Order: sequence, then structure tokens, then C-alpha cells
Amino acid sequence: MSDNIAIKVDHVYKDFKLPHLKKDTVKSLFTGVFDRASTKKGYELQHALHDVSFEVKKGEFFGIVGRNGSGKSTLLKMIAGIYQPSSGSISVEGKLVPFIELGVGFNAELTGRENVYLNGAMLGFSEKEISDMYDEIVTFAELEKFMDQKLKNYSSGMQVRLAFSMAIRAKAEVLLIDEVLAVGDADFQRKCFDYFQKLKKEKTTVILVTHDMNAVREYCDRAVLIEASHLVAEGTANSVSQKYTKMFIDSADKGESVESKDSRWGDEAVTYSKITCPKTIKDSDETLKFSLVATAHKDVTNVNLGFIIKSATGAHILGTNTEVEKMQKLSLKKGASAEIIWEVPNIFNDGKHYIDPAIVYKGNTQVADWWEDAATFVSLREKRTPYIVSPSLNCKINELT
Amino acid sequence: MEKINQRYRYSNILLRQLVKTDFKLRYQGSVLGYVWSLLRPLALFAILYIVFAKFLRIGDAVPHFPVYLLLGIVLWNYFAEVTSGSVGSIVGRGDILRKINFPKYVIVLAGSFSALINLFLNSLIITVFMIVTGVDVQWTALFVPLLILELFVFSLAIAFLLSAAFVRFRDISYIWEVIMQGAFYATPILYPLTLVPQAAAKIIMLNPVAQIIQDIRYVLITPKTITIGELYGTFWIRLVPIAIVLITVWIAVTYFRSRSRFFAEEI
Repeated sequence: MSDNIAIKVDHVYKDFKLPHLKKDTVKSLFTGVFDRASTKKGYELQHALHDVSFEVKKGEFFGIVGRNGSGKSTLLKMIAGIYQPSSGSISVEGKLVPFIELGVGFNAELTGRENVYLNGAMLGFSEKEISDMYDEIVTFAELEKFMDQKLKNYSSGMQVRLAFSMAIRAKAEVLLIDEVLAVGDADFQRKCFDYFQKLKKEKTTVILVTHDMNAVREYCDRAVLIEASHLVAEGTANSVSQKYTKMFIDSADKGESVESKDSRWGDEAVTYSKITCPKTIKDSDETLKFSLVATAHKDVTNVNLGFIIKSATGAHILGTNTEVEKMQKLSLKKGASAEIIWEVPNIFNDGKHYIDPAIVYKGNTQVADWWEDAATFVSLREKRTPYIVSPSLNCKINELT
Repeated sequence: MEKINQRYRYSNILLRQLVKTDFKLRYQGSVLGYVWSLLRPLALFAILYIVFAKFLRIGDAVPHFPVYLLLGIVLWNYFAEVTSGSVGSIVGRGDILRKINFPKYVIVLAGSFSALINLFLNSLIITVFMIVTGVDVQWTALFVPLLILELFVFSLAIAFLLSAAFVRFRDISYIWEVIMQGAFYATPILYPLTLVPQAAAKIIMLNPVAQIIQDIRYVLITPKTITIGELYGTFWIRLVPIAIVLITVWIAVTYFRSRSRFFAEEI
């Protein structure tokens, strides 16, 4: 391995054997001998990774991106040495500390103080080293008053704070960080990003696994994109994150959005039969325009049609209905249909969004059709802010003398 | 030396913390806490004394029979604690195994050390009773550490085997439970070996645990204990239990090393 390479992943394959019948009892060892079918192929091979190769240079902030189930976490665990590749090799230069989860080894029955020593040992710190930085850890976690209480009496936020305060002391040449690090409230996220900034400045080699494209663009020098077990793109953070976003649009075009029963409910007096929505909206689009066709299955009066638009994280961004908008009351005979067209100003932030249309009647007491995630669209914006919406607005500076 | 220190630094740090944690958690929530470590053998001694020395009187031929009994049971309990405790130890740490890569043997070793601490506390009580009942300690007592080492190594080897096998075959815990129940009676713990036909006794004593218990009784309490050498009439027979220990160690280490890389995936 050449001098400036920190991690080399060389033609790595990983298969998991998924047994048809769980073969973890001694009995199945014996019965399996007589049972031809099960000795032949008692398991199914699941290919988690297929011929993945890349190199990470020393001091690089490297992103691994991909959808859930693409194999990116398996890859991370193999780099960490937790899983073994089925074939191929992974070599790591220098001491490696993985953060697949914060607070590994935390025990609810122990006090905060005892957990600091235990988790510290997991990170490779001796007791003396922990004692030397104990005060710093506690101060940073803002838990001075709670250290002699049992961990089970901590709130989840307190636990994360303590774990994070431990994690950032880890001394390693290579850090593996799973996206779990970036969960938590805004204040915590800010601390996380400060930490990333610090790592970047110190030129620590970092591998970040995430599907937050903003984080990739902001921190990573380079990245790879894993999709369906294959490495499909490698390059600068910008090019990889663009490919990732595009992948979502493509899959939306193929009609991969799934309609499951659980996410749609109502008494079906009136239901939406068709929803038409653009797959993407760009900066240049001034509005998001989508339409719905509602069909009555019995005579109904005083029908109220509405919708909610949600962000990728499920936050309700906006919503309204025909009653709020003071539209005329709608009545439908059995079998009749009506089309409703909504035009919403383009205030959406970069990323995927979901539309939940709904129909209520009988003075809004009866739900006829409530359809969660009926349609999705991706907003592509040049301007990105970490807030829920990103409307175009005017700004003017007047120099005063 | 420096190199070895460096290489095993992480294992060393982890081992300490795991043993400490284990000990802290053991008596958590109980009022008397650590005192139970001493009270348990004490209570056991009282029961043994009443049942075996006053009612059954099976050990009348053996001097200091209650202490002799207690010693046997404490040693057996150590063996049982290490081996039975090890079965689920790897699987029980599955949450950590799946998140961080560390030397897996540390988990098994930690369980073994916790039991060793317990054995030490128990031997304090035994010492007290030896003084109270007037056991005449000979210079042969110097062999005790060597025999304890043999017991430690043998228990640990079995612990490695069981913990690694349990990851794939969950029946192991039940199988081992049955084996231990049988082995308890197939080891001269509650009864003096003189009560057993000689042919059976010869087989029984090939078990390293039986050999160790009898030897420790011999060197510590009374030379009237039948040891394996005496039973066969030759010193060289001692090599058999030692060979069994060494072979077990070899199998255990080989098996554990080959499996440990896959623990995280198979749990």
C-alpha cells in the first residue's frame, strides 16, 4: 500500500447466508444429513456487496452514500473489521475507531461515571487517561450534577450528550462515522458539525456514511455511491451527491412509490382516483401545480378537499383545504367526479417532499379518504438553507454614509 | 516486553473494565451486597455440616470432613460458574460485537476472572474454617496455586469452546446443563471415593476436575484423601488428566480463533 493511502478496499464481495430453516440447533445438524433438500441448499445467498473497490487517502474526508439497504452499512462494518469480506481484501493503515453507534457498551444499571470508564475502555482509553479528561467530558456533556446517578435515570438526550462527549475524545488516525451521529436536536447537530469541522481542520481521515447530501457537499472531499450492492459512482462530493439525487428522481419515474393499505384510510364515500404531480420542481418554477380527481361512490354534500405537504423527514410544511380557502361548497352525486387543481408557490427546500391529500365531509367529522404519501416530488434548488422552507425573497443592501 | 504491552494494551484495558463492571453489577440492588460473596459459602458450610457430619455420617473416616466437603463444593462451583456462565457470554454481548471490533476472547476471560475473584473470597472462608476446626496444614499446601492454575486453564478452555459453539448451536446451553448435573455426581464431591467400586473410581479420577479437587484436598486438608496417583499406584498416571487439559486447550483455542471473526455476523 502506498504511503498516502489510509484505506484500500480491493474487490470486496460480501454474501450473507440466509437459512431457509434456521439451522442453529444441533438437531438440525443431524436431521439435515437425512434431508436431501436441506443439505443441498439450506440457505439463500444474499449479496450485500458486489465487487467494490476504492481507496481513501490520508487526511481525506470521505463520504459513503446510498439508500437504505444498499449495502453501505455492511461496507462500513467491514472496514471496521466487524464483518469479514467473503472475498477481496480491506486494508487499513493506522488506528481505527468506528462510531456505528454512540455509547457502545453503555449499561443502564451503572452510574454515569462508571459508564464513562466503561465506554472509555471500549474506545481504548486506560483508566488514568479517562481520569485525566473526566472533568472535560462531564463539562462538555453538561451533566455535572448527574454523574452519580444511574444511566437508566437519564433522558435519552442526556445519554446522547454523554456518549458524544466521549466519542469526540477518541484518538485515531481513521474515524468511521455512521449517520446516527447526526441525530438529535438542532443544538446537538450543531455540535456534531462543529466536530466534523474540527476533524477536517486536523486532517484526520474520516469516513462518513450518510444520506444527508448537504453534509456530504459541505464536508466531504470525495465520496462513493453504493446502490443495490454495487459501487455506481465515485468522485467529488458534488458529483456523487448529484447522482444520488438523480437516482431518486429516476426511481420515482419508474413508479416505484408504493401505495400500501396502512397509509390510506377513510370510509370511501368519495375517493381520489388520480393524482397528477410533477416529479421535480426547479428554481425556475414559480409554483408547484398538482391536480387530483375525486370520485363519489354515493351522494355526498359539503365535501371538503385538502392536502398536506411534508418534507423528507416528515415535517408538515404546509396544508390547506377548500373550506379554509373559502371555496364554494362541493356536492357530488353517486358516480360523479370532480377535478381539483392546486397551485402552491415554490417555497420548498432542496430534497424530496410528500403530498398527503384528504377528503372529509359531514362538517369535517367524517373522513372519506386520507391518503398518506400519495405523491412525491423532488425540489432541486441552488439555494439551500437548513430550514423547512426556502422561499425566494428579496434582499437589498443600502450603504449608509 | 514493551511490544507485548503495546499489543495487548487494548485487551488489558477492556478486561479490567469488564471484570469491574461484572463485579459491580453482580450484587447490585441487594442490601448486603458483597457480603453475600462470603455469606453464601458460610451458609453452605452450615448445611453440609448438619446433613453430612451429623445425619448421614458418610465421611466419618475422613478427618475434617465438613471442611473437606466445603472445599470440594467451592472448587466445583468455580468450575460450574466459569463454564455455565460462559455459554451465553458471547451471544449476550452481541450488541457490542456488532458495533465495535475488539478481541473477543476478552469477554470469556473476563467471566473467568470474575469467578476467580469469587473463588478467592470463598477460600478466605475456607481458611477460617480450617483454622477453627484445627486442620494441620503441611508444606504440601505450596502445591495449591499450581493446582488452581490447572483448574483455571481447564475451565477457561471449556469456556472458550462452549461460548463459541453456542453462537451457532443454541442447544449447547441445555446440553451443558445436563452434562454438569451428571458430572456433579460423577465427581467425588459429596462422597468419599472409598464408597465407589475401584474400577469406577479409576475412570472418575481421569476427569481433570476430579483429579484437581482430590489433589487439593490431599495437599491442604488430609493425606487420607485418595489421589489419582494412589489409585493407580503410579505417579505417571498423572500425565493423563494433564494431557486431557492440554488437548482441550488446543482444541478450544483453535476453534475459538477460527470462529471469532464471524461472531458478529452469526449472532
